[in-house]
Formats: sequence, structure tokens, C-alpha cells
Amino acid sequence: MKIPAALMFCLLLLPGALLAQKNSCVECHGKLEDELKAPVEGLKLDIHQQFGLSCQDCHGGNPAQDDADKAKDKTFKGAPKRAQVPEFCARCHSDSAYIRNFNPRLRVDQLDLYRTSRHGELLKKGDTKVAVCTDCHGVHGIQTAKHPKSATFPWNVPQTCGRCHADVNLMKTYKIPAGQLGDYKQSVHARALFEKKDLSAPACNSCHGNHGAAPPNVKSIAFVCRQCHPSAGELFSKSPHKKAFDEAGFSECDACHGKHKILPPTDAMLGTGEGAVCAQCHEPGSKPFAAAARMKDLLGGFSGEIEANRSLLDLAERKGVEVADPKYRLQEVHTLLVSVRNLTHGLDLADLEQKVGEGKSLLVGVRASAEGALREARLRRTGLIVATICLILFAFAFYLKIRQMRRPRP
Amino acid sequence: MNATLQKIWAFFDERFLVHSLVALAKKKTVPEHKHSFWYYFGGIALFLTALQIATGILLLLYYTPTVDGAHESVQFIMSQVKFGWLIRSVHSWTANIVIGVLFIHMFSTFFMKAYRAPRELTWVTGFFLFVLFLAIGFSGYLLPWNELSYFATRVGTDIAGSLPFVGKALKTFILGGPAVGQATLTRFFWLHIAILPLAAAMLIGIHVLLVQIQGMSTPISLKAKPVKEISFFPDFIYKDVLGWTLILILVGILCVFLPWEVGKKADPFAATPLGIKPEWYFTFMFTTLKLIPSHVFSIEGEKLAILGFMLGGALWLLVPFINRRASRERPSPAFTVAGAVILLYIVVMTILTYTLHGL
Repeated sequence: MKIPAALMFCLLLLPGALLAQKNSCVECHGKLEDELKAPVEGLKLDIHQQFGLSCQDCHGGNPAQDDADKAKDKTFKGAPKRAQVPEFCARCHSDSAYIRNFNPRLRVDQLDLYRTSRHGELLKKGDTKVAVCTDCHGVHGIQTAKHPKSATFPWNVPQTCGRCHADVNLMKTYKIPAGQLGDYKQSVHARALFEKKDLSAPACNSCHGNHGAAPPNVKSIAFVCRQCHPSAGELFSKSPHKKAFDEAGFSECDACHGKHKILPPTDAMLGTGEGAVCAQCHEPGSKPFAAAARMKDLLGGFSGEIEANRSLLDLAERKGVEVADPKYRLQEVHTLLVSVRNLTHGLDLADLEQKVGEGKSLLVGVRASAEGALREARLRRTGLIVATICLILFAFAFYLKIRQMRRPRP
Repeated sequence: MNATLQKIWAFFDERFLVHSLVALAKKKTVPEHKHSFWYYFGGIALFLTALQIATGILLLLYYTPTVDGAHESVQFIMSQVKFGWLIRSVHSWTANIVIGVLFIHMFSTFFMKAYRAPRELTWVTGFFLFVLFLAIGFSGYLLPWNELSYFATRVGTDIAGSLPFVGKALKTFILGGPAVGQATLTRFFWLHIAILPLAAAMLIGIHVLLVQIQGMSTPISLKAKPVKEISFFPDFIYKDVLGWTLILILVGILCVFLPWEVGKKADPFAATPLGIKPEWYFTFMFTTLKLIPSHVFSIEGEKLAILGFMLGGALWLLVPFINRRASRERPSPAFTVAGAVILLYIVVMTILTYTLHGL
């Protein structure tokens, strides 16, 4: 009778198995309301829950007990105070041996970094209004930064930081401005992140750091920008501006492009006209002033010619001529224009003139193709008119012949 | 006729007995009545087919049937080859117009009951010709290997794949593998340029021969009075040529003002673009499959619709044998109403395809 014996054994194991799955925290808090019930609701979506962790792993206690007093045994820690939150989370998140069990690639230096951050420094001084782990990651219902609904997912980061940093009253106590979020939303970076959904576009943490968030100092701004714009940085370092900026104590990139409100760069920023950043420092009549005007002319002329050719090709395309090849070549010239715009950071006029010259010689071929395409369009229309007239005459002759045949034959 | 032409005529007449063919054409008559306008669509379809063959042969001089070369070769034809744009545009436009003309030809034959005895086989060959032209259109659509054609083929073959019992095997057979790729392009190419046209040419031969043997049908409603007859040659042929000329003018205007576009090269790794649709002549079936509920009387809606189309097609093929009243030269209004309902359904579904959002 092996089968009944096995069945009996399974039945004996069943209460133990049911007991192991019991979670009196969830059972009781699930029956409560508002903030006492919130942890149960949040836990359903929580990343910790997905890794098999539950209430007692953070808060201690014995979830197998039905009685609340017995459940809150000597291991029970309850909710930590705000000032204790970083250490509370770090019990696990700084323990590489423990974290390795769940995600070997997850970093374990968050607490160390946090302590170096402005938030961490102020918390140490007893300011409990500064951000702690839960302010950015949430309390219960914490999601991985890879989850699009997570507060730390790239396109949610500006709003997450803005919850405090766009709060004028809160920021007033720290004597720092609260317009960063508004400025950022107008920037070319925000456009890439929010409109193009380009996750590589910088959000707050890309420049200020994550857990070690702090404002970069004047000298390090240039290094921060160079993380994504190395070529512009290299050109700038070779330019006469480098020495001048260093001596004047300017912070390189942001002197012309701004900080949070980094607008899409335009050719109007160059030269001596309205909105030109060169004219902010250089006096009319000076050599650099003339050089800025020359650079502006070169760039304006080149980009104008590109647009003129694009219009011609678009017109030919609308008239039905296949212009994919010259359009491709025009795209190459446009790529050259982008590199010429970048070269302005080097302030080397000879280099700029050479590149613009290369581009213009390529444009000669594009223009010839565009004009050829328009000639082709005219030829097609002329051909159609001639052919249609011939065919109409032919059809009319047939029509007359048919009418003639309809007449009764003598 | 001058002496040279007479010599040429005599040369061919001696070898091919042309005079007897002309005599036969002159002797042959065609009924002329208030509905005879519809007769000319058969001739127009034949003319467009000839244009298709001529332009198709010219396109073959440059087209490369490979995944890496197909799109580039079509772009080359459209931009570099002298009159390449015209040849390809004529080929693509006439491919679409001929399907439309075949729809008109088929429905006019249906409404005039021209399929009735002894012309059942003319209808049957016509039906298979229509199916062949749809297949030629479907296979040709993929050849430029652009985004639209690639994904439309994927959608089309997915529909074939959802057929009950044979769907999966049929889809693999059509594609030459699990997905649209080089194997698909190769077999679509050979189907499009050789196998299907050869089958169509044979069927056209039989179809035209049957029309010549049996002559053109006169509608039952006009049988009571004597119907005027005109000679096949030159009277009928002249009118045919007039129709062909007008069609040629239309094709010329379309090709110059709306040359067939090359499109973006297909990227098999890209996501299916939103709103992808098959060619317009398949859209009534496509939209039906999209709009039908997921389950109808506990049967999967899509499968039910496909079975419905197959059954409908079979009934359509067998119409000459089902409509016994017409074969006895008696009016059959039920069939006229059924035909009108089918036509209305096709038109409404086709319009919905291009007007309903989210399809």
C-alpha cells in the first residue's frame, strides 16, 4: 500500500506548507485603511516582492503569528525615522554578498555615494527635509529604474527631482533657485528625452550624479558636458578661448549655452547680430568680432545653399522625379554642415573655410542633379502633352470613322 | 494600296492565309444594344495585359530579384534608366487598372447573365483568370522589396496561414520558410514572371477562343426583339481601339503626374508600420477579417470569414450551373439582387478600409 502512505505523508506536510506561506502583516494591514493599508497595495508592484522578499525582510517581526503582539516580536523594527532611512535600506543594499543572491550586477555603493551628496551632507547635519532613498524611489511599490513607470526611469527623473527642486518655498530655505525644472523642460535635452523618447538624452542625474547628487563646480562643468560632447570639448581646449576662459574663471560650455535651459543651438548664436553670444564679450572693431562675423557668413552661406538645394530636390520630387540619390548626397553635405558647426568651437577660420569649401564643391553635383531632375519633369510634361494631343487626334479620327460606318451604306 | 504594300500583303497572305482570317472577321457579327458598352471591358483588359507583358519584359532587363538588390535595381530603373520611370509606372498603374477592369468585366457578365449556357466554360475560365490576375498582383507587389510591400505580404500570408487545417503548411509553402525573405522573393519572382503569366496566357487563349466560337451573349431582356448586329471587323474592333486609346491617355497622365513610388527599402527587423494594408483589391477581405468579432457562435471569427470567402468564391464559380432559370432564358432577379449585395459589400468594405481609423 505505497500510495496511501505517500498520500498520508503529503497531508502531514500540508499544514506546515500553508503556515510557511502565511503573512499576517498582509492579512491585517489589508483590512485596515488609508496609510496603514497602502503598504499592502504597494507591495503588489514592488521589485522586492518580485525577488521573494516581504514585509519581515525590512521590518522584522514574525508574519506567521496571527496575534499582532506576538507578530511584533523582538526582531520587529517597525518603520524607520527619516534620518535612519539611508542606513535602513543600506543594510541590504551595501551588503554585496546578500545583493549578489538577487542581482550580481547591482551596485552596493549607494550609501557611500549618498553620504558624499549634498543631500547626505545636510542629513548628517540633522536636516531631515533633504531627500532620502524613499523620496526618489518610493516607500512601498518600489520599482526598478528600468521600469518606465518608476520615478527613477530617465523620462521621470526631472519630475522626481522637481518635486523638491521646483518647490519655491522649500528651495527658499536653502537659498537656491527653483527654476531648474522649468528651464530644463525648454532645453534641447528635454526635447530629446520627452519628444524623441531618447533614453540616452541627459536628465538631472546625468550631470549631477544619482545617489551622490551635487552641483558640479565651475571647473567640472566642462568635463560633465564632455562626457557626451567630447569632440566639441576637444576643439574648445585647443582654441584661444580655453586660456581666456580659465583666466577669467568662466565655466566653458555654459558661458554660451547656459545651464539647465540649454536651447537647441542655432547659427544665430554665432556672429555679431542679435542673439549672437560672441557679441556678449567681443567689442565691435576687434579682431575676434570680425572673425565671429566671418564665421557667421561662412556658416550662413553654406547652410543657405543646402536649403536651396533641398527645396529644388523637394520640388522635383513633388513633380514625380526620383531623386533619392541626390537627396542622399545632400544628406552627406548636411552631415558636413553639422561638423562645420562643431568646428566653430575651435575658432580656426582656415579649418572652417576648408570644410565649407569641401561642402560647397559637393553641392555643385547635387545642384546639377536637382536641375536635371527639374528639366526631366518639364520634359515629361511636354512629352505627355504631345502624346496626349496625338492620341486624342487618333481617337477622334477613329470616332469619325465609326460614325461614318454607322451611316447606312448605299 | 501601292505596289510595295501589295507585295507585302501577298507575301504574308500566301504563307498565313490572312485573307481568310479577314473574311472570317468581317463575316463575324457582334450584337449591338443599350448594354453593349460593357462588352468593351474584356478588350480593354486584354489590351492592358499586353501592356503589362511588354513593360514587364523591359523591366526584367534591369530588375534584380535579390533581397540586397531588388530595391536598388528598382531605384536604378526609376532614376537612371532612360524612360525607366515610364516603363515601371505604366507596369504598376496598368497592373491596378486591369484588376479594376476585370472586376467591371466580371460583374457586368454576371448582371447580364452572359454566363448562361452554352457559355458556362467562358465564365469558369474567366473566374480562374481573375484569380490568376490577383495572384500575379500579389506576387508582383513584393518585388520592389519596399517597406509597404514587405509588410503587406506579411499581412497577406498571415491571413493564408490562419486557414483551418492547411494554413500553416500553405503559409510555409508560399513563403519558402517561416518568414518573408530571400526564398519568398525568389518564388514570388518566378511566379510573377513565368508560372502565373504562362497559366494566364493559356487561359486567355481558351477564354478568347470560346468567345469567338460562341459569339457574344445578348441579355435575356433584349431577346424578345431582334437585336442589331455589327461586324466584328472593322466596326467592333474600331470601337475597341477607341477605348484602348482613351485608356492609354489616362495611363499616360497617371504616370507623369503620379509616377509609382519606390518607397523605403524593407527592413525585416523594423516594427510593422501602423495602418499597413494589402493592395486595394484585397482590402474588402482584409477589413472583413479585421471587423469580424473574435468568435461567432463559438467559432473563431477570422477562420469563419475565410471559410465564408472560400465558399462564396466556389458559389461564384458555379453560378452558371446554379442559375437554372437563366440557362432556360428566363429572368432570375434573385441572382441580380445577390450580385448587387456582393458588389455593395465589396465597395463599402473597400471604402471603410481607407476611412476607418485604427484598421
